[in-house]
Amino acid sequence: MKEIVIISGKGGTGKTSLVASFAALAEAPVIVDCDVDASDLHLIMDPVTLKSEEFKGGKLARVRTGHCTACGKCEEVCRYDAVFFDGPGNGRVSRTFRIDPAACEGCGVCHWFCDYQAIAFEERIGGRWFISDTRHGPMLHALMSPGAENSGKLVSLLRMKAKELAKAKNREVILIDGSPGIGCPVIASITGADHVVIVTEPTPSGVHDFRRAADLAAFFHITACTVVNKWDLNRELTELIKEEADHRGIVFAGTIAYDNIVTEAQLSKKSIVEYTQGGIARQVRDIWTRLGQTMTRNQP
Amino acid sequence: MTQNQENLLIAVASGKGGTGKTTFATNLAWTLSGDSDRVIYMDCDVEEPNGHLFLNPEWSAAREVKVGIPIVDQDRCIHCGKCGRICRFNAIADLGTRVMTFHDLCHSCGGCMLVCPVQAITEQWNPIGMIRRGHSGALSVIQGELNIGHPTSPPVIREVKAEASGTGIRIIDCPPGTSCPVMESVKGSDFVLLVTESTPFGLFDLRMMVEMLGLLKLKLGVAINRKGLGDRSVYQFCEQRQIPVLMELEDDRKIAEAYSRGELAVVSFPHLKERFRKLMQAVLKRIRT
Ligand code: SF4
Ligand code: SF4
Repeated sequence: MKEIVIISGKGGTGKTSLVASFAALAEAPVIVDCDVDASDLHLIMDPVTLKSEEFKGGKLARVRTGHCTACGKCEEVCRYDAVFFDGPGNGRVSRTFRIDPAACEGCGVCHWFCDYQAIAFEERIGGRWFISDTRHGPMLHALMSPGAENSGKLVSLLRMKAKELAKAKNREVILIDGSPGIGCPVIASITGADHVVIVTEPTPSGVHDFRRAADLAAFFHITACTVVNKWDLNRELTELIKEEADHRGIVFAGTIAYDNIVTEAQLSKKSIVEYTQGGIARQVRDIWTRLGQTMTRNQP
Repeated sequence: MTQNQENLLIAVASGKGGTGKTTFATNLAWTLSGDSDRVIYMDCDVEEPNGHLFLNPEWSAAREVKVGIPIVDQDRCIHCGKCGRICRFNAIADLGTRVMTFHDLCHSCGGCMLVCPVQAITEQWNPIGMIRRGHSGALSVIQGELNIGHPTSPPVIREVKAEASGTGIRIIDCPPGTSCPVMESVKGSDFVLLVTESTPFGLFDLRMMVEMLGLLKLKLGVAINRKGLGDRSVYQFCEQRQIPVLMELEDDRKIAEAYSRGELAVVSFPHLKERFRKLMQAVLKRIRT
């Protein structure tokens, strides 16, 4: 079983469209959308949900106004400036403390130290995750509650479930639409994976993000290859990325031209290779073939 | 030049990256800095800070962002286990003979230090990122950057915002998404400008974003990038939710190519400045009503 994670430093580089095409090209994949912040893959995959479960998003503190004696302990121990002295009065004191849920980190320190049990510490719903069926195979995906934390945990959960499913159904390839960035969700997306595909663009941001993504893959010792989307926007930068990839021992898996057909395919809920045959669809197929060769070469 | 005594915090955000968020934030900030004093561009997209690539600031100061993590004096420890119990993030554990810490998981809440009955835990300050300050022409630039391999960006974002406190027009380039780093970035702003494309992906991400901002009760408006691409769904959504569409930027390969050369759109195409000025006026109008 192989886990292939498709990432890009920033979003909008065509990562999700590429994942959808790989899903169509792969033989019996399990598909996972770990880009839980912008989980767009379902818009192309059109999944039929078989199972839906709640995801716990960690706990949040809340002042039980009736119990608050306005002692100020919570404000003293909180390191996230989440405690405000502007809650309503309660008969005993004219003002109580209040915790801003948007600022609360969920550390529970105020809850622990409050002498009056005036701080409730409750589980909040972080979102839902789903096992679905698609035309290319089973898919794991999720919908985060807005502003929820713990997206890294949700990503790890999705990957774990995908592995179980792949084992149960004897599927060899797990295709993961990874999160953007270099923080906690993307770290959760790539740690322990077999292969990372970095999708980038020939723009200054694209080059910068490619470097940071490549550093991240190196940091976690995962073999990487790279794809340049919209390569013809700036040929020099495409060349630069290619050279840097060579330098870093990253396989340059190919390029895709600038083409609004990507959006057309998206509008008709199809992947590029399903929507068209020629042009960039051929480029995507070539990339998939090269990826397959690279992975067999890297077989231990 | 108009004197600007105003203190404004405007966040430029998008549900996903690559929708033109940085394009709007940098071009808006640059345009405004030609018209007013004290305009600050703040790059809070600390996982991928890209604004500097277009603004080419001259850096004048830099400092590290540090977070406190626990160091345990094993000789002092009486193995009461309290530190492990208070930690919500499994970052410290009393194994009976030793207390183990996992610094990658630590959120620096300080709980373990407070709870230890024998003061066996002290705080060590570890760097997790950088804050840089500089200027590009009349525009002040403040940038945060998270170190590779470090998972949590909110402390760096908080520092960028602290560094930029004071008066002036402050434009925040937010990280993409709808989770904790974005919340941290938009918190306290007077207005949030959501940049999107009118495509199925754009619509879905915009909807998530609007829901999140609804929770925070912030004023918001939409800017549509690559107008002409996709369908009308984003416009319909904005109409339904009564969210104003404040600016549209055409889908123009020339703009994309200028971007790929690291050029600001308003520098390569000066006529666009007027559009960003209008955008600012529209934003100001919304803030004041
Ligand atoms: S500071 Fe907080 S998060 Fe870090 S180890 Fe101590 S209790 Fe856990
Ligand atoms: S709280 Fe202090 S004494 Fe108790 S186990 Fe932790 S380090 Fe040791």
